[in-house]
Amino acid sequence: MKELKILAVVVFFTLVTYWGVEPYAHSQMHKHVEGEGFKYAEFKVDASKGNAENGKALIAGCVGCHSISSQKMAAPMDAVSAAAAYGVNPPDLSNAAAIYDEKFLVDLMKNPAHALGVEHKFDMAAGKMHPMPPMAGDDQSAADIVAYLKSIAPKLEEVTPKEAYENACGRCHAMRYAKWTQIGTVPKTKPNITTHQDIEKLKFDQKVAEYQGSLAKYMGKLPPDLSIMIRARSEHFLETFVENPQSQLPGTAMPRVGLSEEGYAKVEAYLEEVGDPSKSKREAVGPWVLGFFFIFTILAYLWKQSHWKELH
Amino acid sequence: MSDRRQFITGAGLAAFTGLGALGVLYGAKRTWDPLPSVAAAGFTTIDVSAAEENVPYTEMWRGKPIFVLKRPKSEKPNDRDIVIDGERYMITVGLCTHLGCIPAYVGVEKKFKCACHGGEFDSAGMVVKSPPQRPLDIPPFRMDGKKLVLGEEGPEYKKLLADGLTAKV
Amino acid sequence: MAHFDKAMPFSNKWMDQRLAVNTLQKVMSTEYWIPKNINFLWAMGMVLAATFGILLISGIFLLMYYVPDADNATAFDSVNYTIMSEVGYGWFWRHIHGVGASLVFLITYIHMFTGIYYGSYKRGRELIWLSGMGLFIAFSAEAFSGYMLPWGQMSYWAGMVITNLFEGATPDILGGALNFPHFVEWLRGDYVPGQAFLGRFFMLHVVLFPLVIMGLIVLHFGTLRIPHVNNQDGEEIDFEESAALWKAGRKKEAKVIPFNPVFLSKDVFVMGVYFILFFYLVFYHFEFAMDPVNFDPADPLKTPAHIYPEWYFLWSYEMLRPFSKNIGLLWFAFAQGILMALPFLDRSPNVAPANRRGLFKYWFWALLIDMIILTVMGKLPPTDATFSAIGYGAAVTFIGLWVVLPFITMMEKPVGGKK
Repeated sequence: MKELKILAVVVFFTLVTYWGVEPYAHSQMHKHVEGEGFKYAEFKVDASKGNAENGKALIAGCVGCHSISSQKMAAPMDAVSAAAAYGVNPPDLSNAAAIYDEKFLVDLMKNPAHALGVEHKFDMAAGKMHPMPPMAGDDQSAADIVAYLKSIAPKLEEVTPKEAYENACGRCHAMRYAKWTQIGTVPKTKPNITTHQDIEKLKFDQKVAEYQGSLAKYMGKLPPDLSIMIRARSEHFLETFVENPQSQLPGTAMPRVGLSEEGYAKVEAYLEEVGDPSKSKREAVGPWVLGFFFIFTILAYLWKQSHWKELH
Repeated sequence: MSDRRQFITGAGLAAFTGLGALGVLYGAKRTWDPLPSVAAAGFTTIDVSAAEENVPYTEMWRGKPIFVLKRPKSEKPNDRDIVIDGERYMITVGLCTHLGCIPAYVGVEKKFKCACHGGEFDSAGMVVKSPPQRPLDIPPFRMDGKKLVLGEEGPEYKKLLADGLTAKV
Repeated sequence: MAHFDKAMPFSNKWMDQRLAVNTLQKVMSTEYWIPKNINFLWAMGMVLAATFGILLISGIFLLMYYVPDADNATAFDSVNYTIMSEVGYGWFWRHIHGVGASLVFLITYIHMFTGIYYGSYKRGRELIWLSGMGLFIAFSAEAFSGYMLPWGQMSYWAGMVITNLFEGATPDILGGALNFPHFVEWLRGDYVPGQAFLGRFFMLHVVLFPLVIMGLIVLHFGTLRIPHVNNQDGEEIDFEESAALWKAGRKKEAKVIPFNPVFLSKDVFVMGVYFILFFYLVFYHFEFAMDPVNFDPADPLKTPAHIYPEWYFLWSYEMLRPFSKNIGLLWFAFAQGILMALPFLDRSPNVAPANRRGLFKYWFWALLIDMIILTVMGKLPPTDATFSAIGYGAAVTFIGLWVVLPFITMMEKPVGGKK
């Protein structure tokens, strides 16, 4: 039928334009980077023979900077002072073995700058030391420390997406839509009813500002807020970027944080929870609206036919 | 015959479209709903320990002024009084129950007097001069030790409501 | 005072005496004759009206919560936090508005090319074409101003780049005597796009351009009424004769149909199909209409690796990109302006589908394909030599096509003996 031919022509040119402007153009602008699937093949370490008891003895070296809240070991400094000293607040280690890759952790004990993928910034030979010094002189002690961390870590299922995010990303990346700052959640405060000033909030904001100042100095610029990052970058980009930042942004100051595949899945789930909270609603309402218009079109066709049938 | 078909199919389409319009109206209504953050902000904790007898001060809850008055010992106790740490307080929304102006407290008379239309309330919030018809409203509250959390309904508040001593705010 | 017979208040006779409702109904609706010889492309006008209505309604809900404050990502967050996650069905209105803005241009281009193909811009229909082109420009301005509002990276840098086009375009007026500041800064209200810029584009998007569009729509319908809608063969129909046949009940012989309910019933069916596509995109496939780059808040200190306008501006963008600033601005103006001149550049009196108009047939497909090439090239990085060359070639071809149009149409043979 003539109209179907016309429709075919219109659809053809529309799809050609769409293809050129979207999939094709984007493939030209962003060359595909293949990820590794979080295999961390370059870490040629053996973590199997670690002894948790020995590791426990060695952990004293770590708590000089890190807290382990599950073992009631507090951090020696508050977040703002830690950032002033090291550039960033060192993470709590309670959940570390649950979300980070084992091989990564072992390598991290021996050579932090290498494991974190920031040797281009912290070159030991040139005298630029990474704020975290090597914690283990040999493979065995490294494996022991990691074995200890594994012994105190909860099961991955017990770690919430929020906890995974706060530990792996939250000390550099704020998330204002979740009221998360690099030093913690924004507290609930009340302004003074006469002056309308909220001194408590102002004090908290000052602490955040001081932390961010130290962090920006350390990183070169302030790491971006991740509230809506899930919609600002593709799923593939985020996965390959977090697995190995240098693969997508060569020269970046962002370290490889060493998340395992499952650990990253938790972080991604949180990014989606905060950045695309309407996704489930969309998927629930969509079929109803489309169903409505299918029926609408059928009824409209019947009405149209009732008028046009008698015309030819 | 075809006229009838035209009418039926046309009416059917119109009715179905009407259903869709109802859906859109529902969505529009939900868009007008107060935001979750507004609902979440509806809680305030107040601490009355610094209150002086017969000197009311104002807090804020859900954008409205809240009168906190430590009732003078000379005044008769009232079932509406909120007792904290042995002391009696009048804690009400600071808006005249007539049309919503803020009445001013005159210490020597121990009365709240509203400038808009001349209404007056005593130190327990009871009406002593019209046009207001009901006493100053007590906001929903929950006792938390020596503090009060406004916005939550504790058992003392529920009793005041049940006894008809205050209206739902 | 004119004489008024007695009638029951608000009855049909009473309303007709005061507002001529029966005449209005006949002229605008039940006796507004449309040719029968049409296809679904004739419904695009109503589809556009429906899409504009959807944009207006979704816009009204967005307007309730949008905050035009360029500082502290307030505007950005009012859209991406408040509207998208806090407002009941806010995400729904936002997706509808973004997808609607893209689709209004897709349908506009289909509608325009339909008009070009069937010669619906000449022999009495010139003003329909001109008012339509006016609508295209008004919608373009509306879309550009709207894109500024989320104040993302693309909003900011598109604002920066497009206003920079006018640098040097106006020399100091009277040697500065009128105290007219640098034109680009005057446009922006500041040295760079900021609060002043956002405020004025908010005003334009919400008040001025919608009013202009609504006025032009009324004009567009008005210019259509007397010449009547065209038909698939460009045949000059005797509307009086055909109307009489229809009213006598001889529907099969009549060459016309009434707008209401016959033409409308086909319109509504086409709209149903359109809405299935529309809402499929709203729920499941919207990134083409809501580009990820604009989900980064505006950063005056960082230009995104790739800036590009929305797809519907790409062909114009590619027209100006290969050239130096002032020449480029000239070609951009030429591209918009020359389309307006179509009724006067086409020297042939033939009103017929392009496939019966000799060389014009090739001209039509060449124009369509050239504009698609310009569109795709406009998106591709200009640093690539091949893409740049193709884009440049397509831009020159575009100009060439309009230069040859008067000549090929002057040579056109009359179609079907009708003059």
